[in-house]
Amino acid sequence: MTPNVNLAPHSFDQILALLVFLPVLSAIALIALHRAGWRLKRLISAVSVGILLLATIYLMVSGAGNTPQVYPMGDWPAPFGIVWVYDRLSGLMLLLTATLGVVSLTYAIATNEDHNGAHFHALFQAQLFGLNGAFLTGDVFNLFVFFEVLLLASYGLMLHGGGAARSKAGLHYMVINLVGSTLFLFAVGALYGVLGTLNLADLAVRIGLAPTSLYGVIAAASLMLFVVFAIKAAAFPLYLWLPGTYAETSAPVAALFAIMTKVGLYAMLRVHGTLFDTATAPASLVNLIGPWELWLGIMTLIMATLGVLAAMNLRRQVAYLILASVGTLLIALGVNTTESIEAALYYWIHTTLLSAGFFLLADIVRRSRGDDDWRIQPAMPRATLIGGLFFIYAMGMAGLPPLTGFFGKTMILHSVLGSPLMGAIFAVVLTTSVLLVIALARSGSTLFYRVDHQEQQVTAQTVSSFAWLAVFTPLILAAAMVIFALPLTGWLQNTSMQIKDTSVYIRQALDPAVSRLHTEEPKQPNPAHVSPHFPSVNQE
Amino acid sequence: MMSILFASLIGFLTAAGVFLSLRAQTFPVVLGLTLLSYAVNLFLFGMGRLKTDAAAVLGKSASYTDPLPQALVLTAIVIAFAMTAFVIVLALKTRAELGNDHVDGEDDASSNEQGGPSA
Repeated sequence: MTPNVNLAPHSFDQILALLVFLPVLSAIALIALHRAGWRLKRLISAVSVGILLLATIYLMVSGAGNTPQVYPMGDWPAPFGIVWVYDRLSGLMLLLTATLGVVSLTYAIATNEDHNGAHFHALFQAQLFGLNGAFLTGDVFNLFVFFEVLLLASYGLMLHGGGAARSKAGLHYMVINLVGSTLFLFAVGALYGVLGTLNLADLAVRIGLAPTSLYGVIAAASLMLFVVFAIKAAAFPLYLWLPGTYAETSAPVAALFAIMTKVGLYAMLRVHGTLFDTATAPASLVNLIGPWELWLGIMTLIMATLGVLAAMNLRRQVAYLILASVGTLLIALGVNTTESIEAALYYWIHTTLLSAGFFLLADIVRRSRGDDDWRIQPAMPRATLIGGLFFIYAMGMAGLPPLTGFFGKTMILHSVLGSPLMGAIFAVVLTTSVLLVIALARSGSTLFYRVDHQEQQVTAQTVSSFAWLAVFTPLILAAAMVIFALPLTGWLQNTSMQIKDTSVYIRQALDPAVSRLHTEEPKQPNPAHVSPHFPSVNQE
Repeated sequence: MMSILFASLIGFLTAAGVFLSLRAQTFPVVLGLTLLSYAVNLFLFGMGRLKTDAAAVLGKSASYTDPLPQALVLTAIVIAFAMTAFVIVLALKTRAELGNDHVDGEDDASSNEQGGPSA
């Protein structure tokens, strides 16, 4: 991938618009056609997800994100209009979303899970719409709007199929996220109130110009944003909604939700990374959330491991495994060096793919065995295949070689060498890894070896070969991540450098307006302070 | 004077909202969330600075007010309205399915399923 491959800007814009508008148009079509046959609905949904995957792969391969690409909506220039920004990180997240979309849709169709409610496909598309929008937007309020879109779709998806346990978990999930949305608005409002802008890049510029008297408000608002993103990412102590939600919802939805915790982490990288970059932000604010991420990451990892040990069924255990990976990722993001972010991104791809696949496998276990808790059941059909897959997934998730989990954790540990908290991080990560191995070994032997030989399995359902395809795909991708680790880490290193060097992002995002910012208001201490909003509007 | 009234109104709404959303029944929780969304809407509106007799249109009068927070408030109101409608439906659904309106659905021992208190 050579840098500076310039696409014709036109075709590029159209693809960015496609990524956001294709799912929403599909969702609208699916709602309008909700009385139509299943085949048509599945066709629309599958075609939409397939096109998304192809488009994100094309964007990735074309190298368009090597310099951040800006798409101003309605051609309004940057700080006034809403911009979409596509860079390497967005590209990676979009590709992960589309991959998970394909995997979980395949499984939903193969197991007829989508028949359990009329609007599964419409909600699925709306979910992808929200996710893609959140990964592309360069504007804080627009980020809020896309968060709401993806949350509203996820409330519906989470409840898909119905049932009392699902409703109960759904209520908790919804209430905590509504509180989070309220906090998000308070934070956005406070930022706008003192800085007079909502564009991420413009906010970063204005924080650099702000007088010290405003630092308190800026820090308070940014920490409120951190709380919101921590709810989304399920960091300690705000993770209590996650195990219930992920364990109770249907398997394809849980697989798609594997990207949801990453939305919170992405938002931390994007918003706080841009706002408090060393190049622009005042020194006292630069490391605002780093220590929080680090300590909350350590706590999340410990609590999640205890949860994995204590979980009473496989799905809940996988949900806690997701939580453990969130803890690990938070630690790496909190260390906040180029190497640690590179390592975090590698682990990030690994955990998103494998936890999605693990949820699908847990569902297959549940279908074959009648239940996925630790009670002794009759032997399940195809126990060797399922058990073998479980073994590979468990090794990957716990971080044993030769799968990606091992390399991800090794890279993260390598990147924290020399950090002041090195001892604590090593101790926690290594101890929890051992505990995860023990817990998963115990689950595996309970599920596959402790078999009731007296009785015949009567409730077993078999699944079609497409469902197996969905379970195998994440493993194949993980194997590819090991085989092609060198080019992949090279690419991730450049991505990490791009994340850390936000000046390029800011310059690109404000491109049409950057001259205005720097010529018409040369070195004014704080334009926002003098007259609160948009000083340059007056001159137009 | 107006600022003090406005600020204390936001504070009062937020306090009441937080108090209600910590209750154990779903109905007060929904009310609390609604009050919180009212508070945040007023807060957003206030972030454009409080001005009287100023239109949100440039060039029509000497004094104007910032139109952006008003647009933000509109968006926030629409979203909060949709969310409130959804959470009410969900609360009714859990009330029907769990047989009580406790947020954990655990007033009686019959619904004591695996997993224990999950949230």
